[in-house]
Amino acid sequence: MAKLTFRGGIHPYDGKELSKDKPIKEVLPKGDLVYPLSQHIGAPAKPIVEKGDHVLTGQKIAEAGGYVSAPVYATVSGTVKAIEPRRVVTGDSVMSIIVENDGLYEEVEYPAVKPLEEMSREEIIDRIKEAGIVGMGGAGFPTHVKLSPKEPEKIDYVIANCAECEPYLTSDYRRMIEEPEKLVNGLKVSLRLFDNARGILAVEDNKPDCIAILKKLTKDEPRISVKTPRTKYPQGAERQIIYATTGRALNSSMLPADAGCIVNNVDTIVAIYHAIYEGKPLMNRIVTVTGDAVADPRNFIVRIGTNYHELIEEAGGFKKEPVKIVSGGPMMGFGIFDLDVPTTKTASALLCLTQDDVSAMEEGPCINCGRCMEVCPSRLTPGMLSDCAEHYDEERFLALDGLECVECGCCSFICPAKRPLTQTIKSMRKMQLAKKKK
Amino acid sequence: MSDLMKVSSNPHVRSRTSTGSIMLTVVIALLPAAGFGIYNFGMRALVTILITVASAVLTELLFEIICKKKITIGDFSAVVTGLLLALNLPVNVPWWIGVVGSVFAILVVKMLFGGLGQNFMNPALGARCFLLISFTSIMTNFDCDAYTGATPLANLKNGVDVNIMDMVIGRTAGTIGETSMIAIMIGACILILMGVIDLRIPGSYIVSFVIFISIFGGHGLDGAYISAHLAGGGLMLGAFFMATDYVTRPITKNGQYLFGILLGILTGIFRLFGPSAEGVSYAIIIGNLLVPLIEKITLPKAFGKGGEKA
Repeated sequence: MAKLTFRGGIHPYDGKELSKDKPIKEVLPKGDLVYPLSQHIGAPAKPIVEKGDHVLTGQKIAEAGGYVSAPVYATVSGTVKAIEPRRVVTGDSVMSIIVENDGLYEEVEYPAVKPLEEMSREEIIDRIKEAGIVGMGGAGFPTHVKLSPKEPEKIDYVIANCAECEPYLTSDYRRMIEEPEKLVNGLKVSLRLFDNARGILAVEDNKPDCIAILKKLTKDEPRISVKTPRTKYPQGAERQIIYATTGRALNSSMLPADAGCIVNNVDTIVAIYHAIYEGKPLMNRIVTVTGDAVADPRNFIVRIGTNYHELIEEAGGFKKEPVKIVSGGPMMGFGIFDLDVPTTKTASALLCLTQDDVSAMEEGPCINCGRCMEVCPSRLTPGMLSDCAEHYDEERFLALDGLECVECGCCSFICPAKRPLTQTIKSMRKMQLAKKKK
Repeated sequence: MSDLMKVSSNPHVRSRTSTGSIMLTVVIALLPAAGFGIYNFGMRALVTILITVASAVLTELLFEIICKKKITIGDFSAVVTGLLLALNLPVNVPWWIGVVGSVFAILVVKMLFGGLGQNFMNPALGARCFLLISFTSIMTNFDCDAYTGATPLANLKNGVDVNIMDMVIGRTAGTIGETSMIAIMIGACILILMGVIDLRIPGSYIVSFVIFISIFGGHGLDGAYISAHLAGGGLMLGAFFMATDYVTRPITKNGQYLFGILLGILTGIFRLFGPSAEGVSYAIIIGNLLVPLIEKITLPKAFGKGGEKA
């Protein structure tokens, strides 16, 4: 069989040994919880509580602001302290609901659940929509929209993206080790929605223990198979994982559904499991708190809204002074300047590094070595695109397919001249996409 | 915790490979050829190498000091240029040939066009061709203590018998670094194993050259004749160390094959039909000039638009 992979990609230091062998630990928030109304792509959610209201764990506090949107739920019991703009990891100020935690964790009564076989397609999607589930791999696209393609009978594959190619991250790994049955059962929900689809659990081949567990669990499931793409960043990028497991290639003007595929990440599928089998909305996620600055790097199950300071505290604080803190992985995460931000639905990791490669390495002129082209998973010419971006040459940028860039960071990582290729291409891309929208 | 975190756009990690480490690898890969040159031609070769490398580095340093630019000699690119130029000189050249060549390579070909990454032809080869045209008799005099008379390639052209074993090992007349095919191949292996170069350009260059001389060389598929052409002159040094120069070769994959084929044909034409026995240097610098055009017609396709398999 041909190796399951794609052209390009890189092999950075993966740092997974820091956190991969410790069990997931629960974090009980102590301070206030902050719920940004925009934790997803699409219209912001609309608050349905007011300052002074008492809320319970699992109570809806903001409803979806449109079709492409998602509701937000309280993850502790307490009092709504304020509804005001708060800073989030991207540095933006986002309107947020602030809940003062009363420490009692009183829960609402969750709606009754029906066996999956008895639920209709509409009921399942409605439940997922109501649960506020969005793509938890980072993009935050509302999952009910993703699960409602125009022609559901044309979906051939539902792919569980268990690649976890981003360095340092081990949350999906821990989930597969500790709760693999939730993942498999969650995937069955998607299979229930798409009659003609086959389920694929796509796990990078550096996780043989997960592969063995999942294979054992699915050996009697004729519709589900485990596929093991080669370990390489960005194997877990949507287009790359689809290509590696099905051989279908998408470009930026297509959705996975156009190629008959639906891709969801591990945490998202587990959230679907909770919604369908337990009736619970999306209230927590796994966050990897790691890096060489952290005393006890490990994975935590974190209630959405928990302050990042508390996560660091739970991980034993800093053993060394961090120089750079990243929300997410080192390749695609956001550099943050302040820990006073909340955990959101899309926050996969908190990475604290004692060294910052970016400022430590001096930029030099391009020597035309071609490494950026070799590693680009979108098969572009990053050096040329970056040139176009620097000179604002829109025409050439578009002609060279600059909009196909997925901002994975491979070109900047590999560049021996340490040029900020991804960064310049990304800003040009943003401008061009904004222009296109007008 | 400090109040000031470093904040930047993703990605936040970088590979350890740098321009300097790549250039240093090239220098190391050239050492077997240089070492054999010294063994073959004596200490005179070492002196020529040292003078040429030193003047290349000094030229870059002085230019940057005078023009108040950032000093870049730490990236070893001037060392590579100086060393390559020295390996392309006959051993008995007067000391000033190395100096003039280095100044031309660094000042005219490289720095005046904007420094590293901006030159449109290989600086060492540009300088070699400049010296060949300007000081033809000095540059084509391969007499020295160890050898007198013509290079194997010249003998081959004139129908004189050549000893192929000597050519492969390098016990022949020629420039300092070009004679030993074995030493050059050791360096080439270092470059390939370290991921500095791949076989696209050298492979297509050598294959197309062999096809060309088989058709037009008048000896058909004569193994001895072809081996002599491969081992003789600057073909190996040129194919692995100069045609693969990042700055002056096409960046696109298909462009690199095209470039290699072009060099093979040009080298064949110059060697078989030109007045001189050798043609590698001219073939490569003419190829260098065509790089922008080659890149233009060989741009790759994006993933999802047909490029996912390429």
